[in-house]
Formats: sequence, structure tokens, C-alpha cells
Amino acid sequence: MSFAVGERVRVSAREHRGHHRTPGYVKGRVGTVERRHGAFTNPETRAYGESGLPERELYLVRFENGHVVSADIFEHWLEPA
Amino acid sequence: MQAGAHDRGGLPTTEPIDRTEHELEDWELLTDALVGALGRAGVMNVDELRRGIESMPPDEYERAGYYERWLFSVEKILTEKGVLAPGELESRL
Repeated sequence: MSFAVGERVRVSAREHRGHHRTPGYVKGRVGTVERRHGAFTNPETRAYGESGLPERELYLVRFENGHVVSADIFEHWLEPA
Repeated sequence: MQAGAHDRGGLPTTEPIDRTEHELEDWELLTDALVGALGRAGVMNVDELRRGIESMPPDEYERAGYYERWLFSVEKILTEKGVLAPGELESRL
């Protein structure tokens, strides 16, 4: 799934025991796409010696809840909000 | 879901963050070089390095320094891949 800058997105809170880069503190949170970084190999499979293909889109997502935090989140952790 | 010991961003704490700098010791520089060389040689990548670090028992993770975590992971991943035999490092020390 592809997202545009300014789009509201929710980070999945699904269970995932293996290596992944989605920080626990944004899981389930709604944020706004701040930037599209482009496509990168997937660390979730590269961490187990695989190629990391197909590449996945990586987004900078901005979360505001009193504090402002931006985090890099892969497309397969995001859904429209 | 219980997050791993590494996934600590946003956790409340009363401990101030230790921002003191220190000179790296020789073994730390060598560890950095070793991981760089293993990556360039295609033996192990940074995602595998992270997975190995994240697999540390939480109490061991908390006690270990930055490059001690790297060494833990290098030994684990290289043993998984058969580059090192189980217990090979201990037997040489």
C-alpha cells in the first residue's frame, strides 16, 4: 500500500516476534506521513540471511501527542487512518 | 505484547541519560572493524547483527556495553552459519 505526504496513517499493533524496526511506542498510534524515503530491502527477512526483496517503501511518520516524534516506518506496518 | 529489552524508546525512567564520552578501547575498535569486514565480505549483515543483539537475555543485555552486545551477536550469528563451531571461541581463550 502506498501513502502520500500529509496522509493520516495508523501503525499496526500486531504481534511480531522476529526482528523488526517498528518501535513499540508508535504501535497502534496515528500519525501523518511527513516524507517518503523511497524503497529499501526489508530488514525483517534480511535479519534471517535472506535477500530482503521485494523492497518496501519507507516513510517518515510524524506523531503528535503533546510531544512531537518522527519515526521511520515501513509501508507494511501502516494502514490508512 | 512484551517488547524486547532493546525496544525501550518512550519508557518512563527516573534515571538521567548518561551522556559522558569515553575513549574506545582497542577491542572495541577491533569489534567495529570486524563487523565492517564481515559485512563487506557478505558473511553477515547489519540486520543479522541487530537480531543477534535483540536475542540476548534481557538481564545480560542490560549489563552489557555497546560493543559487548555486538560481540555476543557476532558469535551467535557466525555459529548459526557454521563459520564458528559451538564453543570454539571459549576453547581458544
